[in-house]
Amino acid sequence: MDMDPVLLARLQFAFTIIFHIIFPSFTIGLSAYIATLGAMWLRTGTERYHLLMRFWTKIFAVSFAMGVVSGIVLSYQFGTNWSRFSVVVGNVIGPLIGYEVLTAFFLEATFLGIMLFGFNRVPPWLYVLSSAVVAVGTAISAFWILSANSWMQTPAGHEVRNGIAYPVDWFAVVFNPSFPYRFAHMLNAAYLTTGFVVLAVGARYLLAGIHAEQGRTMVRMAIGLMAVLAPLQLLIGDQHGLNTLEHQPIKVAAMEGHWDGSKPGDFYIFAWPDEKAETNRFGIAIPRGSSLILTHKIDGLFPGLTSVPPQDRPPVVPVFFAFRIMIGIGFFMIAAALYGAFLWWRGTLVETRWYLWIMSHCWWIGFVAVIAGWVVTETGRQPWVAYGILRTADATSPVPAATIAGTLALFVVTYGIIFSMGIYYINRLINRGPEGSAISDDGGGMANTPLGAARAAAREAISKP
Amino acid sequence: MEWYLPMIWAAVIGTAVSFYVILDGFDLGIGILFPFARDERERDQMMATVKPFWDGNETWLVLGGGGLFVAFPQAYAVIMPALYLPVIVMLLGLIFRGVAFEFRSVSDSQKRWSFAFTAGSIVAAFSQGVILGGLIQGIPVANGAFAGGSFDWATPFSALCGLSLVAGYGLLGATWLMMKAEGPVGQRGRTQAKALLLAVLVCMGIVSLWTPLMSERIYARWFSLPNFYYLWPVPVVTGVVALLLWRWIEKGREILPFVSSIVLFFLGYLGLVISNFPYLVPPSLTVWDTAAVPASQIFMLIGTLVMLPIILGYTVMIYWLFRGKVKEGESYH
Repeated sequence: MDMDPVLLARLQFAFTIIFHIIFPSFTIGLSAYIATLGAMWLRTGTERYHLLMRFWTKIFAVSFAMGVVSGIVLSYQFGTNWSRFSVVVGNVIGPLIGYEVLTAFFLEATFLGIMLFGFNRVPPWLYVLSSAVVAVGTAISAFWILSANSWMQTPAGHEVRNGIAYPVDWFAVVFNPSFPYRFAHMLNAAYLTTGFVVLAVGARYLLAGIHAEQGRTMVRMAIGLMAVLAPLQLLIGDQHGLNTLEHQPIKVAAMEGHWDGSKPGDFYIFAWPDEKAETNRFGIAIPRGSSLILTHKIDGLFPGLTSVPPQDRPPVVPVFFAFRIMIGIGFFMIAAALYGAFLWWRGTLVETRWYLWIMSHCWWIGFVAVIAGWVVTETGRQPWVAYGILRTADATSPVPAATIAGTLALFVVTYGIIFSMGIYYINRLINRGPEGSAISDDGGGMANTPLGAARAAAREAISKP
Repeated sequence: MEWYLPMIWAAVIGTAVSFYVILDGFDLGIGILFPFARDERERDQMMATVKPFWDGNETWLVLGGGGLFVAFPQAYAVIMPALYLPVIVMLLGLIFRGVAFEFRSVSDSQKRWSFAFTAGSIVAAFSQGVILGGLIQGIPVANGAFAGGSFDWATPFSALCGLSLVAGYGLLGATWLMMKAEGPVGQRGRTQAKALLLAVLVCMGIVSLWTPLMSERIYARWFSLPNFYYLWPVPVVTGVVALLLWRWIEKGREILPFVSSIVLFFLGYLGLVISNFPYLVPPSLTVWDTAAVPASQIFMLIGTLVMLPIILGYTVMIYWLFRGKVKEGESYH
């Protein structure tokens, strides 16, 4: 059987990175939420916040472990599957990833130890501070990895000699043209993703009539956050799109299904892009919609796909559809958040069961939007792995197809087991609820330092309402 | 600068790898010793001795791999494809034992995740030994790229290195338990440590004899004059440390067995460095052949010099916060 090693290597990377991105999208936001709950607990002494903090920390622990182990895989895949990539851009990309390890990974991993297991060993302020440090660590990690990814999209601050990229100006490398937009877009996406999970869990409790007090707190905090962040994401996304139009116009053409650059672009709500015929079939479009969005003029022009030869175009279908999934979810999020805020203002949020019912089933939408967004940007960069410097087909390792196929199968099986068990356990923790988890904590927590017991008693006293 | 920058980086990565081997070594060792515990309660206690630390310990692996990518991209681009299968299998092992830390405490079936923890730890340790062996026995290179087959690494020698590392990590784990666990778990650590020390010494002996016989270059490094005059203390000191370690285990000392196990590891590591320096990819690519450009190495070195002391600082802090022995029946659930 003839298999294409490049395709297999791409499938393997796509599979492992899509699996991985699920967890950071959740843990970046969740650690910030946990730290916020901790700060509110310290400030107000309200037990509700403390219970919620402990509850989400348990869920965080399970998700973070999956994020860590799937992330280590990626740091080795640059070499195992993409060794030419490592040689050609290693001088530039390498240090960005190195800085991620030094400034973020150790920080997160170490303070995670205190956050998860230090409750009976350290004073409350240090316990809460550790969760804040973990939250900052996750954001720093996002900073570096998005800088590296953005450099692959919009390289800057380098020169190419004999086919190898060399750094010239580190500031320009790190803060390359698309980085600020991508960083803001992704960080905001991570907070939104977490917001919808928290909202869904809170709604689930309210509907079931259990843990009502915590449920109300969760629903309100989530809606308060999202009423700001969801509309903000539209603004950031728009700016990010304009930046992409400037630096990677063909990616934008694929997102819009825009073939002929000599005419203004319509915005297709649905279509089937036909790459052979270089046109869209079954299109339902808002005439000149894309021109209006991208050039802010009704008859503005922007480059079409046919302005470059077919071998320089990305696969149009996945980019086109993933983009529609992402913005569809984005608009749904705005509507859900604003309507929730409206209900809250009217004072009927907790009683509006149909709204809570829908929200309780929407925990997954942020994840899908994040994955769709990454499919747009990564597939849209093709056929380049480092835009304009190295083609994906030239970036692979000298490893035979059968070896890659075999390990791909192993990854699928392993991740299949880990993922389904992880989801199952998280769901069970949610079913058990905030009170359940705090009770089991006090039974199993360690208090084997003399101070530990005293602190636990002191904490009890503080946290009485 | 083009001479000493790669040297500094070789030292940094060497340090990261040795930190990894010591730190993740003892928690992988706990996984290797898991089957010998009497029940899940004892396993809870064993796991509790490492739970606050394991994630930080494993990060040194990322620094080792990431550091290689940053400072020696050419070596990274040869080693990873050459050792593709053991690297991926190691990662899969680490996945299972990593999630087992959390899954085991929320699952109904602790046994299932105890098994995953053990299997993952053994597979990861064995694969790391195979990676080491595969590197030492040499990697064929042509035009700066790997030029061999997918199974070149699979030799009796690399399998022996795999077994050595399983025994070695087991020894670190057993002496760690002597230091950190009260009751029967800590006591069992003593018996286990003795058996594992013997196994480690046998493995080290065979590897030490096999490598010079396998490679004339390594033979010449150790046995040519005047090298031999400088290098003979290495095996002698190793023997003395092994002897002391044995006595301290017998006496049931708490901290010294763990410390001397670490020293034993360092000596083995030193032997490998002496055998192979300055090759990063034996037998053809040296640290200088594979180095990133000075601009990249300097940029990264500045960050490393600033961050590494801070990292070491809070690493010490967390070990101090969780100091003391874990009692029988204690766990973090």
